[in-house]
Amino acid sequence: MNPAEQTLTATDRKIQVRDITKHYEVGGKRFEALGGVSLDVAENEFVTVVGPSGCGKSTLMNILGGLDEPTSGSAVVDGKEVRGPSPERGIIFQQYALFPWLTVRQNVEFGLKTARVPADERRRTAQHFIEMVGLADFADSLPKTLSGGMKQRCAIARAYAMNPSILLMDEPFGALDALSRVRMQEHLLETWEQDRRTIVFITHDVDEAAFLANRVVVMAARPGRIHRIIDVDLPYPRTEDVRLSPEFTAIRNDIWTSVYHQ
Amino acid sequence: MSADPQAAVVSTAGTAPPEGGPTAAVTSTKRRAPSLLVLNIATIFLGLGLWWLISLTGLQIPSPVEVLLAGIDLAASGILLTDIVASLTRVLTGFLLGTALAIPVGFLMGWYGWARGLLEPWVQFFRTVPPLAIIPLAIVLMGIGEQPKIFVIFLAAFLSCVISTFQGVVQVDRTLINAARVLGAKDGTIFARVVVPASTPFILVGMRVGLGSAWATVVAAELIAAQQGLGYRMQQAQIYYDLPTIFVGILVIGLFGLVMDRVLLAIESKLTVWQERR
Repeated sequence: MNPAEQTLTATDRKIQVRDITKHYEVGGKRFEALGGVSLDVAENEFVTVVGPSGCGKSTLMNILGGLDEPTSGSAVVDGKEVRGPSPERGIIFQQYALFPWLTVRQNVEFGLKTARVPADERRRTAQHFIEMVGLADFADSLPKTLSGGMKQRCAIARAYAMNPSILLMDEPFGALDALSRVRMQEHLLETWEQDRRTIVFITHDVDEAAFLANRVVVMAARPGRIHRIIDVDLPYPRTEDVRLSPEFTAIRNDIWTSVYHQ
Repeated sequence: MSADPQAAVVSTAGTAPPEGGPTAAVTSTKRRAPSLLVLNIATIFLGLGLWWLISLTGLQIPSPVEVLLAGIDLAASGILLTDIVASLTRVLTGFLLGTALAIPVGFLMGWYGWARGLLEPWVQFFRTVPPLAIIPLAIVLMGIGEQPKIFVIFLAAFLSCVISTFQGVVQVDRTLINAARVLGAKDGTIFARVVVPASTPFILVGMRVGLGSAWATVVAAELIAAQQGLGYRMQQAQIYYDLPTIFVGILVIGLFGLVMDRVLLAIESKLTVWQERR
């Protein structure tokens, strides 16, 4: 990629969130999950969204994915307003959401089969992404035999197999233990660095938010809104050295303060 | 001998830190119980022994040997086989018709709000009426042939199975449906490739319950009106004070019920190997 292209893509708005509000009625009382959120995400960006519970980060994510509708405002991806879910916007769920009756391979092939991709091509594509996430030895295993981290890698392969324009991840590593979480973060960055597909990643883990992102969006609650946006000017690949560097610590502390002392 | 590892576990648990090591030792020493199969066989012999003892007390209960001889007699004359075939035909016909209707109706109720609104009150209403209470009506309307019996069995199987199919569809994880939608699946695909497999365990449980109630109903239906069948045979034996034949009937009914349930259970565990069991 030449420098001219890079400046062009930096201004290219891949995702545009335009003044989104979302209200719920809970027991006759109005609850403001999102009170006017606007955000632009450029092509090839890795944006993490972090905030206390109740800040509406999952609601924002569901609206971007087309699983929920905003009360007002709009979400635009690739110049088209989001109306309902689409394979163009892959979603990784915290609960993995693998089909438990299908093997790893059948899970990865699910969307391809829905799109009527011919069997041999389907198999080739699935195999490629299964190998990418390092599950080749488990391609014919059922999800129940996999660990949490492996399940989530299968879900990531399944999302990538659809060749989505953007990837939305809703606390994907939230259910993993600390060590598996770090491994999955490194693994995800390795995958991401291959084609720098635009990712919006929701988390409540400040370290995770800082380690993965170009940009960290800190949200605040009641009503859910963007509190601050923090650039993470650390080079990729993000190695352990980066994680242990004073620069990383400074950024991490900055984010921490923004999240916990709003 | 068995007290030693127990004591060792107690002492390590007492001195060790609260987390880590000792848990493995505790679980490994607890695995000393005899296998389930051994217990099952033992309890059968215990039951037979108890029965024999009771038959010796002069309570007019036939001994296991008398019942066995009666059973051999009935089998040799061909009566037993005719009765079993008659009862089984009724059960399987009613059960297959009942579940064949229950599965689509259950899906309809779980998937479409309007179907649920229209059908659920009727299903719940008829569920509170014991199928046997329908027999007098069925006989009046359908005569004393096979139809009223099969109809009542059909109803029993249908009502048991429809509820659990419906429950199965309702409990399908929303996240799985969302995941399928994100992967480009439309309603038809979601139904066939997510809802049906996800509710299979529930349907199979419903079929097991349905088969149980079908089998319970056939005997009762035959007690009231039939010319052959296990229930009829017991009814006749009652008139002639033929206790061994009644016992043969009870045993055969129990054994067949058990075998049919085991067959469905085997099918169930084959079809639901993917389930995470806790």
